[in-house]
Amino acid sequence: MQTLTQFYTILHKDLLQELRSKEIITAMLVFSLTVVVIFNFVFDPGSAEMRTTAPGILWVAFIFAGNLGLSRAFAREQENSMMQGLLLCPVDRSLLFTAKVIGNILFIGLVEIITLPVMIIFFDLAVGRAWPLLLAILFLGTAGFATVGTIFSAISANTRSREVMLPIMLFPVTVPIILAAIKSTSYLLAGRETADIWPWLRLLIGFDVLYFFVCFLLYEYVVEE
Amino acid sequence: MKSIKPLYLALAVLTFLLIEGALYMALLQAPTERTMGDVQRIFYFHVPSAWVSFLAFFIVCIASIAFLRTGKAQWDRLAASSAEIGILFITLVLLTGPLWAKPVWNVYWTWDARLTTSLILWLIYIAYMMVRRYTSDPERGAKFAAVFGIIGFLDVPIVYMSIRWWRTLHPAPVIGGGGGLAPEMKQALFFSLFAFTVLYITLLLLSLRIRSVEDKIQALKNKS
Repeated sequence: MQTLTQFYTILHKDLLQELRSKEIITAMLVFSLTVVVIFNFVFDPGSAEMRTTAPGILWVAFIFAGNLGLSRAFAREQENSMMQGLLLCPVDRSLLFTAKVIGNILFIGLVEIITLPVMIIFFDLAVGRAWPLLLAILFLGTAGFATVGTIFSAISANTRSREVMLPIMLFPVTVPIILAAIKSTSYLLAGRETADIWPWLRLLIGFDVLYFFVCFLLYEYVVEE
Repeated sequence: MKSIKPLYLALAVLTFLLIEGALYMALLQAPTERTMGDVQRIFYFHVPSAWVSFLAFFIVCIASIAFLRTGKAQWDRLAASSAEIGILFITLVLLTGPLWAKPVWNVYWTWDARLTTSLILWLIYIAYMMVRRYTSDPERGAKFAAVFGIIGFLDVPIVYMSIRWWRTLHPAPVIGGGGGLAPEMKQALFFSLFAFTVLYITLLLLSLRIRSVEDKIQALKNKS
């Protein structure tokens, strides 16, 4: 019970801070829309190509925006030695990690929920009955990306060139998530059968579980003193 | 000044002889491949380079785990040295591959599972060295690098598997034709694999020695 309260307190602090400043969410939203606009120039308007590549563009926008948000997640804690304060709290480090991961999933998820309808209109996508599965894919992809991103963001916040280091570490390592997320989304939107989508979903779930476990174990080495 | 220890000298000479032997077997003794011709001989250096890079990155992962567990600087030195050598060999893989691919596949590069994985591997370990170098506090940098080294290595099989899945759903060029090797080709390959492994060990020991001397000098500097 106490663990739950502690967990909620840390999460609440991050959410409250973000809701008051809206600093990260706004930047992520505007950025993801900018990515979509840029990609629009790659294809002829209204071409069939555009619709088939839309899932890829969708994820590129989410991942770039997610990277932006993650790089702020720990950089913010560096200001006024907030990280020290957090670490002085009589709270288990793994709890701190879990709360941070959940917070990051919520931030990126919120951006996705707002951007997604806009993209559906822009790219004329037909979702139809695929909504529940689409949301599940979004969640699984985001969860894996945010888990690895949280630990790497804690590392990059301590390097000299903060914002630059995060994508360099994060993108190559999260290739399987990005690939599986893009593939399952494009199969889903192309109306392929569940049997085709399932292997990619399984990869996403496996990756999420494995990486949550590994990052959970390694987190304490990243946030010492 | 102490001279180079006999062990290092002996190893260096042994490595030299083995590499010469591998060159002889690969370039002169092994028969010329029927369809690909002489360009196929690059295979005797390409495959061992790939093997050494995987071995090196495996050592990085093991040394990183040991470092996080014990906190001993020697494990960190081992991880750093092995990563450096691993990058060298994966770079060789990425350079020799296209040289072979152009005449055989008619393209320098194709987004096949193995090629893509090698490139991602290269990116991961470049990032590994950057994390180490760009952290102001070397002790924290070592820890960050260890964490990244473990996650990065675990990632390798998943990257390979996922890209393979992605590619098996699409037509892709087949690597090597999948046929059996002539006995002399096999001999040359195995000898080359052995020679490259010894080369890795020699480079690793020398690099470790440089790092430990560097650490000693740093400690002396901090004292004064």
